[in-house]
Amino acid sequence: MALAGAVLALGDPLFSKGVDGGVLLIVVGKAVATLALLLASVVLMIWFERKIISDMQNRVGPNRAGPWGILQTLADAFKLFTKEDLLPERADRRIFRLAPYLSVVPAFLAFSIVPVGGFVTIAHHRTQLQLADPPVGILFLLAVSSIAVYGIMLAGWSSGSKYPLLGSVRASAQMVSYEAALGLSVAAVVLITGSLSTRDIVIDQHGHLAGFLPNWNVLRLGFIPFVIFLIAGTAELNRPPFDLVEAEQELVGGYFTEYSSMRFGLFYLAEFMNTITMSAVNVTLFFGGPDGPWFHSVRWLGGIVWFLAKTVVFLFSYVWLRATLPRFRYDQLMDLGWKRLIPLSLGWLLVLAAMIVSRPWGFSVVAGGLLFVALLARAVMVGRSATDELAPGPVGEAG
Amino acid sequence: MTTHDQDTAALAAETSEGVQEMAPRSATESAELLLEQGAVLRLPEGVTVDPGDFNVEVNPDETMIINMGPQHPSTHGVLRLMMELDGETVLRTKPVIGYLHTGMEKTGEELTYLQGGTNVTRMDYLAPLHNELVFSLAVEALLALEVPERATWIRMLMSELNRLSSHVLWMATNGMDLGAVSMMVYGWRERELVLSFFEKATGLRMNHNYIRPGGVAADLPPGWEDDVLAICDAFPPRLAEYDDLLTGQPIFRERTEGVGVLMPQEAIALSASGPILRSTGVEWDLRRDMPYMFYDQVDFDVIVGTYGDCFDRYAVRLNEMRESIRIIHQVVERMPRGDYRSQDKKVTPPPRARIDESMEALIHHFKLFTEGFKVPEGEVYTAVESPRGELGCYLVSDGSAKPYRLHIRGPSFANLQTLPIMLRGGLVADAVAVISSVDPIMGEVDR
Repeated sequence: MALAGAVLALGDPLFSKGVDGGVLLIVVGKAVATLALLLASVVLMIWFERKIISDMQNRVGPNRAGPWGILQTLADAFKLFTKEDLLPERADRRIFRLAPYLSVVPAFLAFSIVPVGGFVTIAHHRTQLQLADPPVGILFLLAVSSIAVYGIMLAGWSSGSKYPLLGSVRASAQMVSYEAALGLSVAAVVLITGSLSTRDIVIDQHGHLAGFLPNWNVLRLGFIPFVIFLIAGTAELNRPPFDLVEAEQELVGGYFTEYSSMRFGLFYLAEFMNTITMSAVNVTLFFGGPDGPWFHSVRWLGGIVWFLAKTVVFLFSYVWLRATLPRFRYDQLMDLGWKRLIPLSLGWLLVLAAMIVSRPWGFSVVAGGLLFVALLARAVMVGRSATDELAPGPVGEAG
Repeated sequence: MTTHDQDTAALAAETSEGVQEMAPRSATESAELLLEQGAVLRLPEGVTVDPGDFNVEVNPDETMIINMGPQHPSTHGVLRLMMELDGETVLRTKPVIGYLHTGMEKTGEELTYLQGGTNVTRMDYLAPLHNELVFSLAVEALLALEVPERATWIRMLMSELNRLSSHVLWMATNGMDLGAVSMMVYGWRERELVLSFFEKATGLRMNHNYIRPGGVAADLPPGWEDDVLAICDAFPPRLAEYDDLLTGQPIFRERTEGVGVLMPQEAIALSASGPILRSTGVEWDLRRDMPYMFYDQVDFDVIVGTYGDCFDRYAVRLNEMRESIRIIHQVVERMPRGDYRSQDKKVTPPPRARIDESMEALIHHFKLFTEGFKVPEGEVYTAVESPRGELGCYLVSDGSAKPYRLHIRGPSFANLQTLPIMLRGGLVADAVAVISSVDPIMGEVDR
């Protein structure tokens, strides 16, 4: 812990020798590279989602533009650019124009604190593969994701139309309440790491747990914060089954019903950027970021490969959820957030804190034990209700 | 009243549909208000109600009248619902119909009885064979025409297959409305099995004009048993998949259980029929209670629900498909040999081969397809159990070759009346689930 603390205090070694022109150039280069990477992954992600969901639904999916339809997103984006940009008569013009940017800029900013790899040396400057590593990294993430709420809320409100208004009311309630659960599960990570910096969180997860398991937070914290983060993150992203904000079957298009052309495209872009960011943050917080169990000392490329591989797993799971689950209803969503997730994450945070205070080295074993008991109890519950459901005859009796 | 409201009111008054629209509370009669709130089912004419008896504390400044449809994505075609919302809670509902009105009943008076099938088949476009069936049964009743046994069994086979395809499509749209998008594609996929058999047997995937007065248009294609049994074998595992995907799915249960509850008395008073009525626990299925064709000779169960909610309507339809497969199996076993259409020369055109050989046959064929056949004076009402409920045909003949009056009792039309009751107090998301569970086909509602 003491050694880890020494490493933690350093921050990005790029700035250790002062800031000169070369350092500035590297920073600008990293910013451009991050944006390019993010845009490229959005293009690929949209294609990936459409392809995977087509497979799950016995369809072919996009297959015209480029090999396997991989350029479909570019074609769509080009089409969106050429569309007429409509401004509803009753819209609040300035806010209507501002809202898409409030959505897309935070989506990009949030990604900047994600460590995508280990350290590299560019022109004698050793630096980390991460755009920014502020000491308040996680707080920054929570802050910008809160700003994104404004984008959605204002978009719906300024449209001057009823369905977007309903969508934005849902959005503000949903995103604000799930941010609480999200923040509490992040707090568990911060608690165990003792730092808000994402780089420190990643470094803290190096090594092994109980000899062979990776020392990842998902195991050290006993799964529950991870599960809560996954659920709350999905809700924060407005992805199915929490996509009430844009529920097509209910609210036509939700907050962006009145948007067209590239303004709509920006919302779309922001949504997928956020999906990627959320997966990346999940990997960073709970799955060791670029850390790979057998791979971490090979080369700097190894870290990136591991990071991307883990992120893709989460992206796939989002697509899978979308293909499988029906949508929650507004009140059920609120129930889940306030009555289950927040108490659970709060309780677990207290348990973790108590254990850290009392037994600094052995708490993961206790956490594992508790988890085992909880899972067992849940399994028994599910088993019972499943047998009840399978029993013949509650509905559809013969007449 | 703001200027905007005045403008809207003026515009509404100018259109014929204006009276159908939902007005603010201040501009709505108390009886109308009660109907929209689902507080009363029906009010006899002349009865006045003191709105004070039912007055709900609503501040009209805090509610919003929202227009769902006719272009809304989940109103199943062109149903238009106007709802007054308090936040997301539905206070009152008014279905507005007429956007798919094509005057098919009136058109029916201009078509001969032989052509009539092409007309009625387009009403309920998801169960076209039931429409043809009920029309043919009505014409045959007026003609007092005996239909060959094989033709009747073929009709039963086709109408049960059609029930499968209709219900499976309902499964698809219901899943989609609740956000389970994959279910939609699976439903369409299964429907395709049935439709390809229809295409093979009738030549078309929909609007078949296959069941005609006197029998059916063509005999079943060679090898039909294998095709039908393949469908029967393919369906049960797929239905089990739906069970996995939806029935046991906690979110789906939460979204449908206790949503859109209808009491048996309410359902009967509003003349709901089909799965809507049966989901409330009322055992009423025309196939069993007023048997037509040979339904009294086959063994099947009438599926009923208990609570009359969206989940029961889902379960009733799911299990009805299993019953339909049972019926189809029996029909395949019992299919007799013989004619597939009546040999009555007055109704049935001569076979194609005869036309080349005989002048009389040619003339006969020509007369039948230009003038049609004459039907004795009289009136008749026949009803069949379509996938959506009691599908009735009221036919009046004045002795000519065309109906004097054709009226179709579309089950969707009656079932739509239950919406204000089922939506009362629900959320917007429930409204979508409820509309979907009613399974309205607008072609049949507006006719």
